[in-house]
Amino acid sequence: MDSLEVGFSQILSKVQKVRGQVGPVREEIVKSIFEQAQEITGRVVTADEAKEDLDRRIDNIVTSKILGYPLMIALLSLVFWLTISGANLPSQILADLLFGFQSRLTTFFRWINAPEWLHGVLVLGLYRCLAWVVSVMLPPMAIFFPLFTFLEDLGYLPRVAFNLDKLFKRAGAHGKQILTMCMGFGCNAAGVIACRIIESPRERLIAILTNNFVPCNGRFPTLIAMTSVFLGILVGKESNLLASALVAGVVVFGIFITLLVSWTLSKTVLKGVPSTFTLELPPYRWPKVGTLLIRSVLDRTLFVLVRAVVVAAPAGVVIWLLANIEVANLSIIGHLAGWLQGFGRLLGLDGYIILAFILGLPANELVIPILLMSYLSQGTMLELESIEALRQLLAANGWTWLTALNMILFSLLHFPCATTLLTVRKETQSMRWTWLAALIPTTVAVMVCFLLAQTARILGLI
Amino acid sequence: MKSQVTGLQEFLEGIEENKGDAVIALAGNPNTGKSTVFNSLTGLNQHTGNWPGKTVVFAKGTYRYKKKNITLVDLPGTYSLLANSTDEQVARDFICFGKPDATVVVVDATCLERNLNLALQVMEITPQTILCVNLIDEAKRKKMTIDFSKLADLLGVPVIPTVARDKVGLQDLKESIHRVVFEKKPLQPRRIVYNKVIESAIEKIQKEVEALLQGSLNSRWVALRLLDGDPTIIREIFNYLQRMDQGVRPSKTRALKVVEDYG
Repeated sequence: MDSLEVGFSQILSKVQKVRGQVGPVREEIVKSIFEQAQEITGRVVTADEAKEDLDRRIDNIVTSKILGYPLMIALLSLVFWLTISGANLPSQILADLLFGFQSRLTTFFRWINAPEWLHGVLVLGLYRCLAWVVSVMLPPMAIFFPLFTFLEDLGYLPRVAFNLDKLFKRAGAHGKQILTMCMGFGCNAAGVIACRIIESPRERLIAILTNNFVPCNGRFPTLIAMTSVFLGILVGKESNLLASALVAGVVVFGIFITLLVSWTLSKTVLKGVPSTFTLELPPYRWPKVGTLLIRSVLDRTLFVLVRAVVVAAPAGVVIWLLANIEVANLSIIGHLAGWLQGFGRLLGLDGYIILAFILGLPANELVIPILLMSYLSQGTMLELESIEALRQLLAANGWTWLTALNMILFSLLHFPCATTLLTVRKETQSMRWTWLAALIPTTVAVMVCFLLAQTARILGLI
Repeated sequence: MKSQVTGLQEFLEGIEENKGDAVIALAGNPNTGKSTVFNSLTGLNQHTGNWPGKTVVFAKGTYRYKKKNITLVDLPGTYSLLANSTDEQVARDFICFGKPDATVVVVDATCLERNLNLALQVMEITPQTILCVNLIDEAKRKKMTIDFSKLADLLGVPVIPTVARDKVGLQDLKESIHRVVFEKKPLQPRRIVYNKVIESAIEKIQKEVEALLQGSLNSRWVALRLLDGDPTIIREIFNYLQRMDQGVRPSKTRALKVVEDYG
């Protein structure tokens, strides 16, 4: 045995003896450090006591019992309203531009006498899918992310955590879970990684398993588009105000489900009491607009867009092939959707929608493009430059307000994308939890949609 | 799963490969503008990566000052180094075993008291510490005045006031880092004094600890950690010593068994 081991064991046994005499020292160590920090600060800092702290006054309003929640919901709605009304025009322009270029491409392919299948795969599959993802996703993201980063940099998010802490504690979860959910707005995979800020493994798992109930930016455009479709069918006209209120409502519903599932988990498989923690309310800070824009555009918007494009391009090819290769006079997508039709109907959806969600596993951004492509390969070709055209296409495929609503709910609640699942696997180091991370949301989504569809049918609303 | 030790070692080797002339660790509480300091110093010369074997993200960057290439490692933002979380453990392990040439602790001028907790703990591990008091503009707006030279005297380490997002004071910070690293002026940071019970307990074991460490780690700090009985750090210390001892192959030895029973 070498000398290092001997020396180390000897010291450890001696330390053990001394420790037996003095008992636990951690608390005393922390106390001493704290007192000395206090003493030094007292000697070098002079503060103006007379000036009432503006931050505290703002906090008294923002975190008050009466105004706290309404303010949060109002801010959330405002962010969505700005996103929805601001994104319409640029979306339109981008779509005009990109789909306009598609007909140029088609002309070019005709001119070089390219075979029809090549044109189909590259232009109708790959390019169209890309164009859709870019024109529908980019504008809302380019508005939503800076707004969200603004609230983040301002220091508002910790106040949200403060407000919701009680609710999460009652659900047996950790108050910081709301911060990980805020990250989930950007990307659920990022949200799952953010769960590291929760120290207790039990509460961390709860946060990881429920992060998916916050709509990530991949599902956001779907929610916004479907909200417009839903309102269009139900009310008959577009209203940004109503749409943003509805999206805010959907998000609040997601938070409600998060609490419900967290509560259930902490009463069953993840039993335990929530641990206490100190939440720092940092001083409010006016963000620097330049840095904010660069950070939110470069770090978030472009990052997410690039990822979406990288996934969308090959997916576009695969889906076009599935939609156009015919077996026994029906496309492969048609066959698959046919098998899922009965199940889809039960949930107030249809086979194509369920299939789109399954094929969209690599990335949620793909669900709508897949759905459209499979509808389109069935009927006539349509230029999809506006929400109105989308609505007509969906109506032609038998959509009702219930289909649109359940599409919103299923999108909000269903299994997370493959990237998120891989992240869960990495963070939990366990296949079991990864499976649960997919199974729990799916079960919830199926149950909610089933109940809603059956209720609507029994009441004769549909 | 990879053990933590190999993770740390891999990470250190990765830094060693092109570390330039000095490695500087950047520590600080969350929300102090630590990342702004990091970004302003390194500009675009940075990349983020994962701490191998651990799920903690860090960023590494470089800058050049007075003909020296400096590598800056942005540690996770933490409130203490007492290893309550993985982040804290990683920050502590890097400062302690990564042996950076200096550690810059970024603190928020508007809440100095809470931030100094971390600074004092860093100073306990390494004398090569620089205090960067950031956000002094906000402190001014809140009508707070801070006596920086007195603070430097009390702490025994350089104190640099900055407003990182407006690039105020960053030149001073670079100069201070340069001096601490290359002019080898030994710093004598303030030592945290504990109560009589702890101090006498430290005294009882410090000599033997010193003999074992042979100056490779701060013996007072190691003695304190041993008394605190945190098993993660005790394992790390043993592994570190084993790595120092080139002849010994890392394996699950008897002493390690002792360490594991210890917790």
